[in-house]
Amino acid sequence: MNLYAIKAIYLFEMARTWRTLMQSIVSPVLSTSLYFVVFGAAIGSRIAEIDGVSYGAFIVPGLVMLSLLTQSIANASFGIYFPKFVGTIYELLSAPISPLEIVLGYVGAAATKSVILGLIILATAGLFVPLRIAHPFWMIAFLVLTATTFSLFGFIIGIWADGFEKLQVIPLLVITPLTFLGGSFYSVSMLPPFWQTVTMFNPVVYLMSGFRWSFYDIADVGVGVSLAMTLAFLASCLGIVWWIFRTGYRLKA
Amino acid sequence: MAVDKTRNTHGTNRSMAPVISVANLSKTYASGFQALKGINLEIQDSEIFALLGPNGAGKTTLIGIICGIVNPSEGAVSVAGHDIIASYRAARSMIGLVPQELATDAFETVWATASFSRGLFGKKANPAHIEKVLKELSLWDKKDSKIITLSGGMKRRVMIAKALSHEPQILFLDEPTAGVDVELRKDMWEVVRALRASGVTIILTTHYIEEAEQMADRIGVINHGELILVEDKDELMRKLGRKQLTLNLHNRLAAIPPGLEGRGLELSADGSELVYTYDTRAQRTGITTLLKDLSAAGITFRDLNTTQSSLEDIFVNLVRQSK
Repeated sequence: MNLYAIKAIYLFEMARTWRTLMQSIVSPVLSTSLYFVVFGAAIGSRIAEIDGVSYGAFIVPGLVMLSLLTQSIANASFGIYFPKFVGTIYELLSAPISPLEIVLGYVGAAATKSVILGLIILATAGLFVPLRIAHPFWMIAFLVLTATTFSLFGFIIGIWADGFEKLQVIPLLVITPLTFLGGSFYSVSMLPPFWQTVTMFNPVVYLMSGFRWSFYDIADVGVGVSLAMTLAFLASCLGIVWWIFRTGYRLKA
Repeated sequence: MAVDKTRNTHGTNRSMAPVISVANLSKTYASGFQALKGINLEIQDSEIFALLGPNGAGKTTLIGIICGIVNPSEGAVSVAGHDIIASYRAARSMIGLVPQELATDAFETVWATASFSRGLFGKKANPAHIEKVLKELSLWDKKDSKIITLSGGMKRRVMIAKALSHEPQILFLDEPTAGVDVELRKDMWEVVRALRASGVTIILTTHYIEEAEQMADRIGVINHGELILVEDKDELMRKLGRKQLTLNLHNRLAAIPPGLEGRGLELSADGSELVYTYDTRAQRTGITTLLKDLSAAGITFRDLNTTQSSLEDIFVNLVRQSK
């Protein structure tokens, strides 16, 4: 195991985070705060409680999850896409490191950053609505698992992308809609029966449900199912990454 | 000729075990383009090997495969006995690569990027070594500058510093002096010579034949994915380094006068020039005799000039022949 290499990549990526503090931390926190002001305070007070939880509090896990997904993908995809774009990838490919070490460095840093961001957003939320976390261990577990999974997913997008447009297209056209329709702002039980069935095909529903359960003990699907789905998605991302390095897809000529 | 002296003393110390051994290496890209065709090559320890070839000949592909950036289609490469695929860690940790394209992390500082490279190659942080490398490359006073603020030549040095940060035993320099001014080029030659003196094996590709002529111990010429020649440079220059004397005649000749045939003389198509080819390294060039004999035969000339075939001519000829 080339620990020095993992550390070098990890610290390099984290340094990039601090260097771009405004766009990597400040802007997601600001946009989330705006959601709280609008949905939590302004509109939320006119919406009935959901399963005994005030609307403002209900959307907290959803908003954290929304940032977690988009930021994990954005960080990890940019982290690996940029060296490809400017050509510094040569060094990574010629270094005595295994794919696993590359992934640990890049995905580890992206996930770390997302978890930090998620906790900051959570703390920000605490300023607007009273927070209650029923299962802190599981809350952190879901936070870390989701951040890791979507950082891996972002890493795949970063390798697949051969232009800045492709880098944006999946988060914009797939992840954001799935998150909004995945129960970030409502309970699945509030949907008409037909759409309840349709929504079960949305993987984000399972992540959302498990995460919200760790806060308020309320869930759309069983927490075991949530965990299993998250792990399944993690496993498929790992599989794709393994295939990428085995074949050199979009990395080696 | 201080350079020649160091080369000679060095040559005697050189161990004959190849540090890189390339066997039957071929590469066909997905597009069907065959970049390398059955390359066999051995690089000796602590030599400077210059790889020459026109654009698209396969130089960068060959380097790419050895360094792990390009997957080979066929054949095997070993670095100090380590297969580049099966024992990639051992093989790659010995190699430093300076690619042709200027690719740097624009927002990093010189110091940070060199330290990063060292870590990437699995070496414990060693500020003293990084300091030494940066000083040797005259980058020390720029160590805290962001790379984006540096000139092109400085960026090139940064890339060399990155490659040297992990103390490689083998250094690949792909067109190291492309787009670099004369002054800086000379500096780099000094750095390369100093590295070789410290026991580093250097493989460089270049477009500047002058560079290969000045620097290399051995020269390989690659064209259309085939190694058409690998030769000791001095040997190559001696074998192929001919000089030509061209005489512009007062009166055109229809043929080479009797008695002067078979002495390496050639008559130009219009009969206005006589061209004499000779070896400058031979004991006697035969010029004096030739001129005497010409004068005896009543042939007078208006002007004369001599040209020496450089490595460039040799190279151009080889590449033309291999087409």
